[in-house]
Amino acid sequence: MTIAAHPEKKRLTAPPRTIRFKIQRREKEGAEAHWETFEIPYRRNLNVISGLMEIRKNPVTIEGKATTPPVWDMSCLEQVCGICTMVIDGRVRQSCSALVDDLLLASGGDTVTLAPMSKFPNVRDLKVDRSKMFDHLKQVNAWIELDGTYDLGPGPHIPNETAQDRYALSRCMTCGCCLEACPQYGGDNYIGPQAIAQARLFNMHPTGKITTDERLNGLLGDDGIANCGDAQNCVKVCPMSVPLTKAIYETNRDVTVNALFGWLKK
Amino acid sequence: MASNGLKIAIVGGGLAGLAAAMKIAEAGHEVDLISVVPVKRSHSVCAQGGINGAVNTKGEGDSPAKHLDDTVYGGDFLANQPPVKRMCDMAPQIIYLFDRMGVPFSRTQEGLLDFRRFGGTLHHRTAFAGASTGQQLLYALDEQVRRWEVQGKVNKYEGWEMLSLVMDDHQVCRGLVAMNLQTLELKTFAVDAVIMATGGPGLIFGKSTNSMTCTGSAVSACYQQGARYANGEFIQVHPTSIPGEDKLRLMSESARGEGGRVWVPKNTGDARSPKDIPEDERWYFLEEKYPAYGNLVPRDIATREIFQVCLEGHGVGGENQVYLDLTHIPAEVLTERLGAILEIYEMFVGDDPRYVPMRIFPGVHYSMGGLWVDFEQRTNIPGLFAAGECDYSIHGANRLGANSLVSCVYGGFTAAPSAIEYAKNVERGSTETNGVHDAELKRQQDINDQIVRNEGSENQYKLHEEMGKVMTDNVTVVRYNDRLKATDDKLLELQDRFKHISINDSNLWATQAVPHARQFWNMLQLARVITLGALNRNESRGAHYKPDFPERDDENFMRSTIAEYSAEAPVLSYEPVDVSIVEPRKRDYSSKAKAH
Repeated sequence: MTIAAHPEKKRLTAPPRTIRFKIQRREKEGAEAHWETFEIPYRRNLNVISGLMEIRKNPVTIEGKATTPPVWDMSCLEQVCGICTMVIDGRVRQSCSALVDDLLLASGGDTVTLAPMSKFPNVRDLKVDRSKMFDHLKQVNAWIELDGTYDLGPGPHIPNETAQDRYALSRCMTCGCCLEACPQYGGDNYIGPQAIAQARLFNMHPTGKITTDERLNGLLGDDGIANCGDAQNCVKVCPMSVPLTKAIYETNRDVTVNALFGWLKK
Repeated sequence: MASNGLKIAIVGGGLAGLAAAMKIAEAGHEVDLISVVPVKRSHSVCAQGGINGAVNTKGEGDSPAKHLDDTVYGGDFLANQPPVKRMCDMAPQIIYLFDRMGVPFSRTQEGLLDFRRFGGTLHHRTAFAGASTGQQLLYALDEQVRRWEVQGKVNKYEGWEMLSLVMDDHQVCRGLVAMNLQTLELKTFAVDAVIMATGGPGLIFGKSTNSMTCTGSAVSACYQQGARYANGEFIQVHPTSIPGEDKLRLMSESARGEGGRVWVPKNTGDARSPKDIPEDERWYFLEEKYPAYGNLVPRDIATREIFQVCLEGHGVGGENQVYLDLTHIPAEVLTERLGAILEIYEMFVGDDPRYVPMRIFPGVHYSMGGLWVDFEQRTNIPGLFAAGECDYSIHGANRLGANSLVSCVYGGFTAAPSAIEYAKNVERGSTETNGVHDAELKRQQDINDQIVRNEGSENQYKLHEEMGKVMTDNVTVVRYNDRLKATDDKLLELQDRFKHISINDSNLWATQAVPHARQFWNMLQLARVITLGALNRNESRGAHYKPDFPERDDENFMRSTIAEYSAEAPVLSYEPVDVSIVEPRKRDYSSKAKAH
């Protein structure tokens, strides 16, 4: 253990007196988007959500215009539910773990810009509808086919190494960062990294392996795995450090092998 | 309603709700699953440390009987023991089932499930998947329920919030009314039975470790329609949370389970960096006072000790914080076993806990109290069941760490067959109940319309903050009767001021203002139950501590508080506790040997 090797975090030394939030507004799906800017007093340790909560209490723009409170999704505030994902200063991430100090330190300014994710229907303001991500999970049968939930004793022996590799994939919270950042995703011609990684998660399990083919079949079509362009944006933006590109590579290999030799099994 | 099959509505898609949904679907019946968020985003994801079950793979002689003993002793003998026994007996099977569902539990070198130690026990009884066990268990159920959804057995209503029950003229629950959070459309669900699985009410305290969905609103609606609410005053304050602007983030008990040590500098004014303070100048106050359990005393005790140390001015830098120190453990071990929670700390505070001791303070975490249920998870309202944190049944006066996940699943697994049994036998009487659905829908629509129409000067979010502050100040770790009384007065004042809120949002599409107004009113009702329950319990037991009544008083208060709604104030009564299995004894974690 080398304490000296641990880098100190950079902190904002000269914070502004007030901070501004420039927020993309949309009344409802299909309506025109426009921008509004709000100002709140600076406090230490604010995250984007605390800023939004402050604005919600008294939604008046910097021009002094009373407006509607911005709408956004939030739940756990610990970056584990994924619901509060949005585009913050141009980067897709969770708004709960986006600390204002860090954002200002990175931008050098006093304004934080918030927009909804662009790959999903925009319900209102910063809120989007990601239900198609759950449909993708159905497409790849992202589950174990149990005989039943009655008592059948323990599961199979699994090396801890495999368990840890699976855990890394299983931390995916379906937040959509990978899909937002992926240049290929959108328009139903590619299922995207999250579902591929979940297929991989179950294909790695001794019981899940039994139904590997069904999962791979879900990835065969035009809306499957084929159109990954290997841009590798997904793995860079994943807040849970899910090894997405590795999962895509391994699954692609399995799909290819299955397509080439699958008929032999029949 | 399908005329042949049974249909059961489940409100809440966390661990308890999904566990029940899976069992009902597997039994061949239909489920309407109503959840304010996509179920995969439920608050169960926040549970970190693990799930208890006496699997006894460590050669320690652990058993479900010891799990039962630890649980009822940790709960200070306020839980009815028969359901606790059933839960502890079922716990190893539950863990095995999750193992079969593919949860990536940590493993031993032999490839078996690994177990860690948690508070209030001397055994390694807690199975874990890194330090995000709740997330992993929830995902496993989410996957299984999605499987049933594909097969048409489960209909998900995600983004819907329950507003009220539909009751017929005989006070039988015939379904519920829910609101679409996008369109504000109201809809009645006519079903054979309803299972509540909505979790805790942490938001009543403003900032807590709970998710923003944990308002207790739906449960409060049930209470206002006649469901009994039990032991509301028992609110667990977790000893180790990370104070934040928007919430208190949990620092799991597993940090102590893996060897984390709580300390403050012996010299109160010590301004040195923690790593420059030598060992003999640190005060490990939990280890000193509780040599056998050390840092792993039950939560209520750890919380009071930390609170007291800070109250007496020994907190780090004189502030409300103590160190939780892991830096003596190799960084790679910490990464594997606690990675997820250490990341949370680093993300929000900026220090890496593998190298710098964490600064933590107690935060509101869990409600032991909830809807009253019998041993089959039935509430007092026919047709209404409850499971998980929203019911009161398992944890008594204090919950042990890693018992919540197992109690959620146990509750769901028990409520499901119980609701099916009821549904099979209930008279549907559709002609008689048709009118009640429409009437209830209209009643709820009228309330919404009134909220939208209101033009007042009060701001509902500011009122919520006021409620949170007064509840946190007076109804958490230390309680005094005069302050509890004053708190109830304040709650009445807030009820009054609520009538003068303006929702401040001219756009009703996907507005959060109307749902929040509904939730806030319901929270106020439950806040009174919690406060008056505490006021009337003149003893100290588990999480409920009154300096003016410092001892446990079994003669007068080994009883569950039962609150029933009336418009004026909750009506309280008391019900004896079933202690037929483990004889009550004084709780004492300070002696070297366990007080058996």
